[in-house]
Amino acid sequence: MAGDLRDGRIVIVGASLAGLRAAEALREEGFTGSLTVVGDEPYPPYDRPPLSKQVLLGRVAADSTGLPMRRDPEADWRLGVRASGLDPLGKRVVLADGKSLPYDRLLIATGTRARTWPNPEEAALDGVFTLRTRDDAGELAERLAAGPRRVLVIGGGFTGSEIASACRERGLEVTVTERGPAPLVGALGGTLSKLAAAMHRNNGVDLRCGVTVTALRGDASGRFMGADLSDGSRVEADVCVAALGAVRNVEWLADSGLAAGPRGIACDAGCRAFNMYGIVTDDVFVAGDVSRFPHPLFGYQMLSLEHWGNAVAQAEVAAHNMVSPGPLRRPHLAIPTFWSTQFGLNIKSVGVPTFSDHVVIAQGSLEARRLAMVYGYQGRVTAAVTVDMAKSLDYYRHLIETAAPFPPAPGAADRPIAADIPVPSDVPDPKGLSHGPTVALTGYLPDRRLTVVHPTG
Amino acid sequence: MRIVVDLTRCQGYAQCVFLAPKMFQLHGEEGLLYAPAVPDDQAERVRQAAAACPVQAILLGEEVSADGR
Repeated sequence: MAGDLRDGRIVIVGASLAGLRAAEALREEGFTGSLTVVGDEPYPPYDRPPLSKQVLLGRVAADSTGLPMRRDPEADWRLGVRASGLDPLGKRVVLADGKSLPYDRLLIATGTRARTWPNPEEAALDGVFTLRTRDDAGELAERLAAGPRRVLVIGGGFTGSEIASACRERGLEVTVTERGPAPLVGALGGTLSKLAAAMHRNNGVDLRCGVTVTALRGDASGRFMGADLSDGSRVEADVCVAALGAVRNVEWLADSGLAAGPRGIACDAGCRAFNMYGIVTDDVFVAGDVSRFPHPLFGYQMLSLEHWGNAVAQAEVAAHNMVSPGPLRRPHLAIPTFWSTQFGLNIKSVGVPTFSDHVVIAQGSLEARRLAMVYGYQGRVTAAVTVDMAKSLDYYRHLIETAAPFPPAPGAADRPIAADIPVPSDVPDPKGLSHGPTVALTGYLPDRRLTVVHPTG
Repeated sequence: MRIVVDLTRCQGYAQCVFLAPKMFQLHGEEGLLYAPAVPDDQAERVRQAAAACPVQAILLGEEVSADGR
């Protein structure tokens, strides 16, 4: 049986980080059959995190972030063509150019795209951007290099904050609007969001929280010139970036019968997709940002993660399971981890900070701009976030993995008094924010309401 | 040659910054910015940086060739 699984036809839809790493891992696992990778962008797999950092700072070119291969996956790359449908009974992927690809096993790694400004006419104004792809980053970097009078960033999530940080570093005036009470509040909760707001303002960002943008204005030639805000004020700017979060690329699966929706494609811990009846498939696998999977450390809630590390880890598990018989399959149990660099600070997170009721500052302090914050849920450590303290993160990962009690026991030499004072974690309902969450708990807890549902399109 | 740094793993030891300063720079206290495309005259330094990384966060290799089809 195992011999059969190492042969046959595997199709991977999605040619970004998860698709590439899965293709490599399939060969590593001994897959000798035919391997086809479909990607809608015309470029080979490239890395996205540098796009909002090095590229916007003008230090590296947008077309230079191609991902290195660990090994040549000897794949047939179908780049620049979109998958438009799936026939799970006939076992074929339908492509937008009318061709179709038969498969024995399929991996879906179609990821996400940027949520666009909801008014299409305003979104089409010259100077209005989103940031997700290499082309987006290239065009935006060019605009920033031209020295606009002011940049408007809509949404104070990680991407919006990194864009604002890059603008300030380039000496550009920037306004950030966020419907929630502070930047990053949806991901990190109340306390660290106040530090984030202070970092924005100390670095000269015109930060407007608790407001929404009601309209984008253009001149007669269709060039963006400013925006109206819900508090009646107006922002004059030449460039606008809508950093409103991500939309999962699932529309092509609408008629497939798979459990694909706005929150992603539901799969089991072994990356096998569920169909719409909740029955697990055995030949369709999911990995990366488009997946939604159960995690035992977080109450078996379905997690949707937009994390680089998750794409890599989940792709490897999916690849292993695609070529392994049932009892040898592995679960994807990696602890969510991500990072962001903004305003000269390195923010790293492990666990799920939104899965929390209280926090303590276990090391360092807000004033020092250097700290480790530990998140707890019902007396158990569920997450930690470090600011310029990355070396401490592994210790807290261990606490999460072992379900250590919260607040954590004394351990660090620089333990402040605050480590004994749990305060509410203050994670708001994501519905009230401009920026979509990069981690979404999409299950239910009896005492919490943290579901995210976004309209499609 | 291309590189990618697994920044979930990076802990800011900055060995790469000393060994290949044109390719790796600290941004603030411990944030790392790097150039993903490695020119030939930097390849040896980048290999040393990858070898010296205490958490082995630097991956180097060739890019997927674009003539896929």
